Amino acid sequence: MKIVVALSHVPDTATKIKISQDRKTIDQTGVSFVINPYDEFAVEEALRTKEKFGGEVIVVTYGNDNAKESIRKALAMGADKGILIKGETNVDTLTIAEALASEILPLQPDIVFCGKQSVDYDSSAVGQMLAELLGFPSISTVVKLEIDNNIIKAEREVEGGIEKCESSLPVVITTQKGLNEPRYASLKGIMAAKSKPIEEKFFEVKQNRLVVNELRLPESQRKSKILGTDATAVPELVRLLREEAKVI
Amino acid sequence: MYNKILVFLEQRNDEIKKQSLEAARKGFQLSKELNTELIGIVVGNEIKNLNIVSEHGLEKVIHLKNSKLKNYSSTAYSKLISDFAKENNFNLLLFSHTSMGKDLAPIVAAKLKAGYGADCVSITFKENNLIFERPIFAGKAIMNFSLNSEFKVLTIRPNTVSLTENGYNVNTNVEVIEVPESNLDLRSLTVDYVKSEGKIDVAEADIIISGGRGMKGPENFYLLEEIAQLLNGAVGASRAVVDAGWRPHSEQVGQTGKTVSPKLYIACGISGAIQHLAGMSSARCIVAINKDKDAPIFQVADYGIVGDVLEILPVLKEELKKYVN
Ligand SMILES: Cc1cc2nc3c(=O)[nH]c(=O)nc-3n(C[C@H](O)[C@H](O)[C@H](O)COP(=O)(O)OP(=O)(O)OC[C@H]3O[C@@H](n4cnc5c(N)ncnc54)[C@H](O)[C@@H]3O)c2cc1C
Ligand SMILES: Nc1ncnc2c1ncn2[C@@H]1O[C@H](COP(=O)(O)O)[C@@H](O)[C@H]1O
Repeated sequence: MKIVVALSHVPDTATKIKISQDRKTIDQTGVSFVINPYDEFAVEEALRTKEKFGGEVIVVTYGNDNAKESIRKALAMGADKGILIKGETNVDTLTIAEALASEILPLQPDIVFCGKQSVDYDSSAVGQMLAELLGFPSISTVVKLEIDNNIIKAEREVEGGIEKCESSLPVVITTQKGLNEPRYASLKGIMAAKSKPIEEKFFEVKQNRLVVNELRLPESQRKSKILGTDATAVPELVRLLREEAKVI
Repeated sequence: MYNKILVFLEQRNDEIKKQSLEAARKGFQLSKELNTELIGIVVGNEIKNLNIVSEHGLEKVIHLKNSKLKNYSSTAYSKLISDFAKENNFNLLLFSHTSMGKDLAPIVAAKLKAGYGADCVSITFKENNLIFERPIFAGKAIMNFSLNSEFKVLTIRPNTVSLTENGYNVNTNVEVIEVPESNLDLRSLTVDYVKSEGKIDVAEADIIISGGRGMKGPENFYLLEEIAQLLNGAVGASRAVVDAGWRPHSEQVGQTGKTVSPKLYIACGISGAIQHLAGMSSARCIVAINKDKDAPIFQVADYGIVGDVLEILPVLKEELKKYVN
């Protein structure tokens, strides 16, 4: 099976966000970048799929040179090869999907794994867009997956329950926590990753549909009223919830 | 630019979801400001409560109907909606940022080569320009942006549009269009929907009471369940207690759990790590109960009690009982 993982390289979730002078981008000084947490589930599921059906796992990232660090990590987990597509960052989600599709389509994959969301711009969109551009169906936010005789059976997390979905191959799957436990790279894996290939490509952005006017920090208007240090504060709390906040 | 507005009305089990009504109202406001046409579109079979939309500003609804469309299919729905938008020149498409909306809207956007903005908390029309705002980095920053493409597809964060304000009553005309079998792309299909045992989902609850490691053990969560039941709300959890196996992942609130924006969020024995705040900081009112006065959760709370949750919760339950039911 030809298996592709679209992997994004994002600021660590613990990062304290600062906005640059131009007010249009995030200040990256001192920010540490990691594999997008949801994409670790995608890599893991790709590796398990390969272990079961044989084949090859190719990791594809759109970004800049720094993203090689995350690709290398996926190679250390067991992926076979990486492709880094370099191009202008701060583009709209469909442009990212177009860049990824331009390199993934010629690979003719049977299955493409993405995370359900990247934790920087939180769009939850690139996987489904990529599917459309490849001409594949997609199933997103998957917590359980079975591949049987070219039929995909997946469960996805939705409000108030689980949706059971079916699809044909080739397909794009976006992964949610709960699908699997991502493995750690072994020392052997880390050593092996050093000699695995990372191909570099370039994507020219023709049309960026998104214009960022401004980034700002959210202003908190919370009262932060401490009502007491034990249960005797409870009646006052309930009174405030009823009369001041009017939420119960 | 002339923007005709199409609002996607989401149905599950033949019922229009509440979040879609918020999208309808947003569409109505925009159609007034832009002085343009607005219609709703619903894909499904029999829709039981379609009349509800007349309270939310939709004068016209297109119902694309086929028995095979009862369950969600991303391939079929996306094709029907994008074809309709293209053929009828609707170029501003609004969805709700729900499980279905965030799955479907990006596919529609890709089909229309549209600019896409997910999870918008505000859409305004200023100086002849549509301006959108959405939280990024899990709410740690807000992006103010415009889209310069012909088609624009947006999803709206649930609980950001009031459904109780007046002035949205209209007469609704529903046009049913039978979709021929040959037009159904059912490569991806939902075959079943399994509801979790009768509980309200945290993502949909108006009131959430969440527990963290300060609850001391899974055996104490009944305290939260009792209060949730009393307030007709849901129980949420921090990742620490989900990872410990005390609570299911479906209850996890935060960056790698659910993003919630209820009326009331009560955090019990939760420290307020940045990844937790990411999921709940847009709640209308936040209460924190924590024994550590320096816990970061107090900085985002409206009201706090510094103390032992296990002592405070039983008292809270008794006090609430006086007012509800
Ligand atoms: C990539 C990544 C993603 C993450 N995603 C999420 C996420 O989605 N959601 C999430 O919640 N976390 C997430 N986290 C984890 C997060 O960083 C914290 O570790 C977690 O939120 C802590 O949970 P907690 O507040 O229950 O536990 P703790 O931080 O241990 O806090 C327990 C609190 O309980 C208080 N306490 C103890 N005993 C009592 C008592 N008797 N009465 C009152 N108070 C008491 C303590 O003072 C303390 O403040 C993520 C982390 C990473 C790295
Ligand atoms: N720049 C990128 N390079 C490769 N994959 C990406 C990129 N951005 C997003 N993805 C993939 O798409 C998923 C959803 O991302 P997003 O739509 O940005 O929330 C991620 O989990 C990745 O799998």
